[in-house]
Amino acid sequence: MTDPPRTDGFSITLDGEAMEVEPGQTVAAALIGAGRRSWRHTRVGDRPRGAFCGIGVCFDCLATINGRPNQRACLVEARPGDIVTTQHGTGHGERAV
Amino acid sequence: MASEPSELPPPEVGATTGVPGSAAAPLDALEADRGGWFETGSAPAAPFDLAVVGAGPAGLAATVAAVEADARVALVDAAPRVGGQYWRHRERDDGTAHHDWSRLVRLRDGVRTAIDAGTVVHFAEVKVWHIEPTADGFTIHALAGEQGREIRARTVVLATGAYDRQLPFPGWTIPGVYTAGAAQALLKGHGVSIGRRVVVAGTGPFLLPVAAGLAEAGATVVGVLEAGRPSAFARHPGTMLRSAGKLREGAAYLRVLRRHRVPYRTRTAVIEAFGDDGVTGVRIARLDPSWGIVTGSQDELACDAVAVGYGFTPQPELALQLGCPHDVDADGSLVALVDDDQASAVPGVFLAGEATGVGGADLSLAEGEIAGHAAAAFAQGRPVDRTATRRTRARRGRARTFADALHEAFPVPRGWLGWLTPETVVCRCEEVTLARIEAAVDDLGATDPRGVKLVARAGMGLCQGRVCGYAMACLVGDRTGRAVGRADLAGMAARPVAQPIPLSVLSQGGGTDDPERGDTRTRSPTSTM
Repeated sequence: MTDPPRTDGFSITLDGEAMEVEPGQTVAAALIGAGRRSWRHTRVGDRPRGAFCGIGVCFDCLATINGRPNQRACLVEARPGDIVTTQHGTGHGERAV
Repeated sequence: MASEPSELPPPEVGATTGVPGSAAAPLDALEADRGGWFETGSAPAAPFDLAVVGAGPAGLAATVAAVEADARVALVDAAPRVGGQYWRHRERDDGTAHHDWSRLVRLRDGVRTAIDAGTVVHFAEVKVWHIEPTADGFTIHALAGEQGREIRARTVVLATGAYDRQLPFPGWTIPGVYTAGAAQALLKGHGVSIGRRVVVAGTGPFLLPVAAGLAEAGATVVGVLEAGRPSAFARHPGTMLRSAGKLREGAAYLRVLRRHRVPYRTRTAVIEAFGDDGVTGVRIARLDPSWGIVTGSQDELACDAVAVGYGFTPQPELALQLGCPHDVDADGSLVALVDDDQASAVPGVFLAGEATGVGGADLSLAEGEIAGHAAAAFAQGRPVDRTATRRTRARRGRARTFADALHEAFPVPRGWLGWLTPETVVCRCEEVTLARIEAAVDDLGATDPRGVKLVARAGMGLCQGRVCGYAMACLVGDRTGRAVGRADLAGMAARPVAQPIPLSVLSQGGGTDDPERGDTRTRSPTSTM
């Protein structure tokens, strides 16, 4: 949102929608830079959540990345073609844990 | 673990690199040299003199000082690049947006030279989850990606830093509400602003660089709301005079805010955030000296992001695992107790930086240098030459005096408890409300934060009480009518496993055939506190 985009950028998708990423950005940084604030719904109250601490402490930014749930989006560096999907609850469907 | 080093095979190279360990790997590369460690469950490599955990100001200073004392150092850090949170930067960053960049460059050059010389191995993107005492030092249990890795060292220097301290308030879980540190990390590390219209709130001098950075990056900073009254700092004229550099730094940030016409208000706080899927605004209020809400002073501000922080919480779990004594510091944080050489009461364990008391980069750099120097001497079995660090010790003293004055000028009085409603979520992970925490005390008989954690699940989620631990200790202390003590904070901060790890790694690292290992693993992390 703030720096001029570099020419060597690439794209990832969040729930099928493409967004531009600068090399070196984490998934969370790329999503926030694209104007997105939430990519998870909580286990108990089904409330939306996104990043909070931004440095891997709080686990609020959990996302399903390339099919693997519970990834800290603020720590995972985005790679070309990453498929990010909003995580619901534990990210394991109907399983209890 | 007590095998003779001469019988050991050469250090294994991590499976993640696939490249035989070249000692000349550049620091910025993701594939830093993985030599000197070994896979969990396999034969160990020869021990380092020091394992420095954390590559921020304290860890870098410790590494460089130890190398100058002819020690061999494993520098272990979770981030891809050195610098910690203070110097968090982008690849190819020229440092223009950073304070003190030249100091990072000097330290980084020192570490790079040592890497080339083979005296330092930088373990980048490696997360330490447990440190275990052994017959001849320590085994650092770590995770590289999904792979369990172990590093052996004769001494450890814990420079694990701190993260933003948070106070819960209604709406603080709404997306778009961030910690002040998150705003800074996203901006400095990734060139991303958390929003277009941002409210910066909380207490302490850190709010100023956060707000100035956002304003310079083009965001509209709707206001900087300082809950305290920083003019209290003027009660320390001597300290102020000796800290002219720090004051100039603060004045420079204030000038940036004025240039961008950012309102700066003291004794004012965000007491509620609004919005459904994302924050749309905040309720603010004037505060009395004990942080109670001044009647009739409430107002609303529209915004799309909030950055909030009430000081910092040190990361104590590795030191608690090792049984290092802790106490409550002037700012209410749980900090490790160290002697004049930055040594803990646990032999071979040294600590530097925020873990021994929140005090900023100057203090961390001085403590790191002293710790690295002393740890090298310990590893080499010789006494510490204190004259070699005489000037650094004096610098540490001045920086501590400055930090003490800041703690006194930016206290966190308990009036914030009145901002919460029964429905306010306190534990974000387990979504535990204030009402349930109060019921745990009033109806279920919990008498301390750990008891509340057990019956109400507050602090039991993925963050392991890192975010709500301080607030929980305050809430339960208030409810039970007693002061918050070190046991309250330690009960929320003791984490036998400091990072989430795959069960496969835990099962490999069990070492049940080694009775010595078995003993240390079953010892309570807080037993010697």
